[in-house]
Amino acid sequence: MMRSLLVRGMLVGLAAAAVALAIAWIYGEPQVGHAIAFEESGAAGHAHHGAAAEHAEEAPVSRAAQRTIGLITAMGFYGVAVGGLFAIAFAFAYGRLGTLGARATSALVALAGFVAVVLVPFLKYPATPPAVGNPDTIGGRTALYFSMVALGVLATTAAVIVGRRLAPRLGVWNASVVSAVGFAVVLAVVFRLTPRPDAVADGFPATVLWDFRVASLGVQIALWATLGLLFGHLTERSLARRPSPEAVAA
Amino acid sequence: MAQSAVPSAQQSRPAPVRVPVREVVPWAVLAAVLGLVLIYFVGAEQGATSLFGGNWVHEFTHDGRHLLGFPCH
Repeated sequence: MMRSLLVRGMLVGLAAAAVALAIAWIYGEPQVGHAIAFEESGAAGHAHHGAAAEHAEEAPVSRAAQRTIGLITAMGFYGVAVGGLFAIAFAFAYGRLGTLGARATSALVALAGFVAVVLVPFLKYPATPPAVGNPDTIGGRTALYFSMVALGVLATTAAVIVGRRLAPRLGVWNASVVSAVGFAVVLAVVFRLTPRPDAVADGFPATVLWDFRVASLGVQIALWATLGLLFGHLTERSLARRPSPEAVAA
Repeated sequence: MAQSAVPSAQQSRPAPVRVPVREVVPWAVLAAVLGLVLIYFVGAEQGATSLFGGNWVHEFTHDGRHLLGFPCH
């Protein structure tokens, strides 16, 4: 059971990455191109201008390779990794969220995963195109970003557990509202207190920044939606084929 | 009484069979190790920390890193 769930998660993750890749090419790459053009035009009269020029001259990987094989590889690896972790989260959630079946559980786990891993960090440390962000602060920004991912996972898991505990006393609706409000309050406080080392270069076009961030969010939504819906569909179908508890326990 | 209550509850809507936690845990460890290594190389190698010399991993995963929301440079 677990082996097939994990393999299915990784393969569906790969399929989800393919859908996300299409979004990345159509909506994301043009913005990356605009940002790099800005970076190379030298309009960034900024501290990291030198680093940007160096970045352009010494590139060991061509832009064409970054756009194609590099992006495909990064998306594929990310999809497999997220798909595997998603399958584990599904195995913990399935049968433990009331009487929800495989499809509904899968969709909810994907929604929770998206909120925890993507939306929470995005709200405080959104994706940045090339030429945005000072290379000198990459260490601190990376630490803050991954801390925010960890916080998103912890806060979402806590909200689910608290909601399940409160459900028998308050009913499912009220318990969900209470835990969601608690989740929002905790994050609102953390967002207010954490530092913001983001540096947008002078003159960087605001529309490129906006469009890039919307594209980045779109890539992630495509990935998680495909993962949740396709994994649920395949798992429901495979469970229907062997409905006996013995087969599931094996 | 108790005997009649059990089948009627199952009839209405049975909760799906759970996978026991102790069965999930070893697979969870496997998926976590594999997943975190992959995410590290896609998202962070040769950025804030570096295991290999040069910056080819950074440059190769450059566009994915930006578009997936990781801090790149």
